[in-house]
Amino acid sequence: MSAELADYVGRPWRKPPLIKRAWLRWALAIGAVVYLIAATASIDVNWARVYEGLDRGAAFIASFARPDFISRWGDIWDGMVESVVMTVASTVVGIAISIPIGLGAARNIAPLPVYMICRGIVAISRALQEIIVAILLVAIFGFGPLAGFLTLSFATIGFLSKLLAEDIESMDKSQAEAVRATGSRWWQWINYGVQPQVMPRLIGLSMYRLDINFRESAILGLVGAGGIGATLNTAFDRYEFDTAAAILLLIIGTVMALEYLSGVIRARVQ
Amino acid sequence: MPIISLPDGRQGWKQRETKKQLTLWFGWLLGVAAFVWCWNRISETTTWFFVWDAPRIAGDILGRATPPRWSYIDKLWWPIWDTINIATLGTIGALFMAVPVAFMAARNTTPSALFIRPIALLIIVATRSINSLIWALLLIAIIGPGVFAGVVAIAIRSIGFCAKLLYEAIEEIDQTQVEAISATGASRWQVMAYGIVPQVMPAFAGISVFRWDINIRESTVLGLVGAGGIGLQLSGSLNTLAWPQVSLILLVILLAVVISEWVSAKVRGAII
Repeated sequence: MSAELADYVGRPWRKPPLIKRAWLRWALAIGAVVYLIAATASIDVNWARVYEGLDRGAAFIASFARPDFISRWGDIWDGMVESVVMTVASTVVGIAISIPIGLGAARNIAPLPVYMICRGIVAISRALQEIIVAILLVAIFGFGPLAGFLTLSFATIGFLSKLLAEDIESMDKSQAEAVRATGSRWWQWINYGVQPQVMPRLIGLSMYRLDINFRESAILGLVGAGGIGATLNTAFDRYEFDTAAAILLLIIGTVMALEYLSGVIRARVQ
Repeated sequence: MPIISLPDGRQGWKQRETKKQLTLWFGWLLGVAAFVWCWNRISETTTWFFVWDAPRIAGDILGRATPPRWSYIDKLWWPIWDTINIATLGTIGALFMAVPVAFMAARNTTPSALFIRPIALLIIVATRSINSLIWALLLIAIIGPGVFAGVVAIAIRSIGFCAKLLYEAIEEIDQTQVEAISATGASRWQVMAYGIVPQVMPAFAGISVFRWDINIRESTVLGLVGAGGIGLQLSGSLNTLAWPQVSLILLVILLAVVISEWVSAKVRGAII
C-alpha cells in the first residue's frame, strides 16, 4: 500500500468540490456573499405596499378560476387575430430573408467579405431586443401591426440565419462534393448538395421561431406595435383581472398548441 | 422509386412521385394564400402615408439622436446597478424555484407521474409562455412599481426555462450511478444528493449562466412598464423626446448585452 493511499485510509470520504482551485472557490463564495448583501440592501421594498397588494394578487389568482372571455370578447378577438397575423407574416418574411443571409454567414460556402457582412447583420439583429426595435419602428412607421411585423421579421433574421449558418457549417462535406463533381452550377450545388442536409433542421427551427414570434407578439402591443398586448395592458390598467386572466389563458393555450404542432412536425421531418 | 417515362420510351428519374409532388404544391398554395391574407390584414390597418414618409422621419430621428448626450451617463450608473441586480437576483430566485419543479417534472425522479408531473409541466409551460414584461405589468398592479417587481417578474419568467432544461438534463443521467448509490442502502434524499445532483451539476451551472445572460437583456427593458432599471430612464427620455439621451441609453444597453454574452460564453466554456 502506497503512502499516498495510506493517508486516505480511515479518513471519511468527502464530496469532490465543483471548483477545484481552493482560492478561486473561496474568492467566488466571498464575492457572491458581498454582492448579494449589497444588492439586496440597495433594493428598498415597500413591504406595506406589498402587503396591501396581496389581496389584489389573491383576486388575480382567483380570477384564473373564472376568466371572463365574454364582456371584452370583441377586443380580445381582434387582438388575437392581429397577433396571429403578425406572427405568420413575420415568420414567412423572416425565413425568406434569413435563408440567403444564413447561406452567406456559413464560412464553408461564402467568400470572406459576404461572410463578414452577413455575420454583422446577424450580430446586430441578435443584440437589439424586440421591444427596443419595436419602439424605434413605431416612432418611424407609426402605430399599428406593420411596426410589429417588421420588428418580428428583423428578430427572426438574427435567430434563424445564425442557426442555419451553424448547421450548414457542420454539414457532411462529401455529399456536397459529390454533387459538385457532377459539374453542377452553384444553384444546383446548393439545391441538391446542401439544401437536403439542412432542410429538416430548418423546418424545425422555423416552427420554433413561429412559436417565439407569437409569444413576442403578445408584448409588442405595450409600445403600440399591434397585437394582443395592447388589450392586455388596458385590462391590467383597469384592474379587470378576469379579462386579463382570459387573455393570458388564451396566450398559454396558443403557445401550447403551437409547441405541440411543432413537436409533431419536427418528429415527422427528422 | 419515382420514375417517369420519357417521350422517347426511356425511363427517367425525378425527385418525387406525382402524388407527393401535388400534395407539396397544394401545401405551398395554402401557405402562400395564408401569407397573402395576413399581409392584407396588416396592410389594411397601416397608414401608408406614414410608411412612405418613413425615410425622412428616420433621418430626422437619427439627426436628433446624434451625438449622444455623454454627460447623461452620470445619471445612469444607479439604474445600471439596479438592472444588474434585477437580472442576478431574479435568476437566483428562479433557480430556487426551478430546482424542485425540475425534479418533479423529470420522469425518473418525480414522486408521482400521474398527479405531480403534469402540475410541474403546467408550471413550466405557463411561466415560459408569458413574457417577463407581462409578468412585470401584473406584478406592478399587485405589489406596486419598483425594482422588487422587476426581480419577481424575472424570477417567475425564468422558472419555466430553467426547469425545462434542468429536467431534460435529469432525464438524461446515467442510471447506473443512481443504482450504485441505492445499492448501498441510501435513502431517497441521499440517492438524490450523491447519485443525481453531481451528474446534473455542470448542466445546472451552464443553465444558470445562460439564463442570467438572457435576463440581463430582459431586465434592461422592464423599466418601460415601471419595474425599475435602466428601462425607466429609457421610457422617460422617449416620453420627453430627448433623443440624445435615448441614443446614449441604447448604447449602454447594447454594451451591457455584449458584455453579458461574453461573460456567459466564457463561464460556460470553462464549465463544459
